[in-house]
Amino acid sequence: MDAGIVSYGAYVPRYRITPAEIGRVWGADGEGMGQSLNVVRKSVPAPDEDTITISTEALRVALVRGAIDPQQIGAIYVGSESHPYAVKPTATVVAQAVGATPNLTAADFEFACKAGTAAIQTCLGLVGAGMAKYGVAIGSDTSQGAPGDALEYSASAGGAAFVIGRDHVIARVERTLSYTTDTPDFWRREGQRYPSHSGRFTGEPAYFRHETECARRIMEAAGTTPKEYRHVVFHQPNGKFPQRVGKQLGFTEDQMRYGLVTPYIGNTYSGAALIGLANVLDHAGPNERILVVGYGSGAGSDAFDLTTTDAIAEFDRSYGRPVQSYLDSGVELSYGVYAKYRGKIHMGGS
Amino acid sequence: MSIARFWRETPRRYNLGGSKCTMCGTVYFPPRAVCPTCAHHRESIGKMEPFQLSGDGEVFSYTTVHEPAEGFEMQVPYVLALVRTVEGPVLTGQVVDLAPEDVRIGLKVRATFRKLREEGKAGVIHYGYKFAPAEDLPNRPPGRPRGAVGAPAGSESDRAAA
Repeated sequence: MDAGIVSYGAYVPRYRITPAEIGRVWGADGEGMGQSLNVVRKSVPAPDEDTITISTEALRVALVRGAIDPQQIGAIYVGSESHPYAVKPTATVVAQAVGATPNLTAADFEFACKAGTAAIQTCLGLVGAGMAKYGVAIGSDTSQGAPGDALEYSASAGGAAFVIGRDHVIARVERTLSYTTDTPDFWRREGQRYPSHSGRFTGEPAYFRHETECARRIMEAAGTTPKEYRHVVFHQPNGKFPQRVGKQLGFTEDQMRYGLVTPYIGNTYSGAALIGLANVLDHAGPNERILVVGYGSGAGSDAFDLTTTDAIAEFDRSYGRPVQSYLDSGVELSYGVYAKYRGKIHMGGS
Repeated sequence: MSIARFWRETPRRYNLGGSKCTMCGTVYFPPRAVCPTCAHHRESIGKMEPFQLSGDGEVFSYTTVHEPAEGFEMQVPYVLALVRTVEGPVLTGQVVDLAPEDVRIGLKVRATFRKLREEGKAGVIHYGYKFAPAEDLPNRPPGRPRGAVGAPAGSESDRAAA
């Protein structure tokens, strides 16, 4: 495949809340919950942030870093499970806000947490077929867990944008492979505010099976073993699952070091694996092989086998914040302010 | 605000689309069709070109709002500032991602894309620029505007030469 990542940018809102603070309100051992999930804190969007604003901020950074003329973008796909509108695309607002309109195609993707990786695959197809010079794939969410539910300790907000093209590629996509089945581990019905999940069933038959199968199959197809990868990024609904799946597959902690960001910002759903990949690219030099395996409930995994090119050495990352700064910083909120910001307080009226 | 009126303003609200006098170089936001200040007042007619502001600037003055406008109740207290952009025009905008007590005159800020208001639970959502602190951010690389109005510099032709 001669297409790959030309530029990228990530964005995480400024506010944070700790599992201990959430547990304090619900009479639960929040600290213990945080330890068992390996989540130190999670990000919280400001009241004026949503999937559209997060996607736009991430893409603006990517366009400046890559010196990309937005008028050369042929497609923008935004993957999310928290699109602000049920009907009216996120992607058109983002396209207008970065100056990419009107000569492009745009659409919203939805596949739980893997809509962003599905968007990358679509862009690879378009760019590879010569139908677009650049394709933009964004994974972004302002995910919510029902108050007091286990999901509330990790569901957070953030996103990353990737520009896919054939010229000035900083990370070449050697191959991509998906593993998809009908597995009812997590869902949200139309009109429901919060998602539902099937508890422990979200583990073995869902996350672990799809992640390991997809990873094994792409390595088999590529003729590689874990040793050949400098970095690995898994979907990270919490900080523990990806560590366990990495160990199962034979990856070391050093290989997972940059790709695991959930402990410090929570589970950004469609943004999770992609922010992990952005953090890897923040640190990677030329000729480093990267394995990315995303996962979306319902269920499926998308894997990418990437190799950084010489161009990454000259890639100017100075514009925008590195992912590490989002992991290190943030303003902690009380549960009350968090509930206000997330619209969990009933204000009366219609 | 009506949907149509807001929609007409999206180039300004989304992308800080202003105008520039090709005679004297003065930048205007919102855009003007005639340059009112330069010596070529009449000659500037038809010679104003679209110009996109970078979004970089500094706080010229500000006030802290405790009695919110409708739709801003969740954000009280919040700061409304006059921001002098690096290109010259002074814009009014909310300063976000910083506690009101930490805002000061001269603070370096950068435009950020945010939700401005919602027309109730079922209505349209309006988006546009606000400002966030940029003190610890590196400067914008030269020749790389945010893109949107006209042909951005630093794009394909520059890359080919590099």
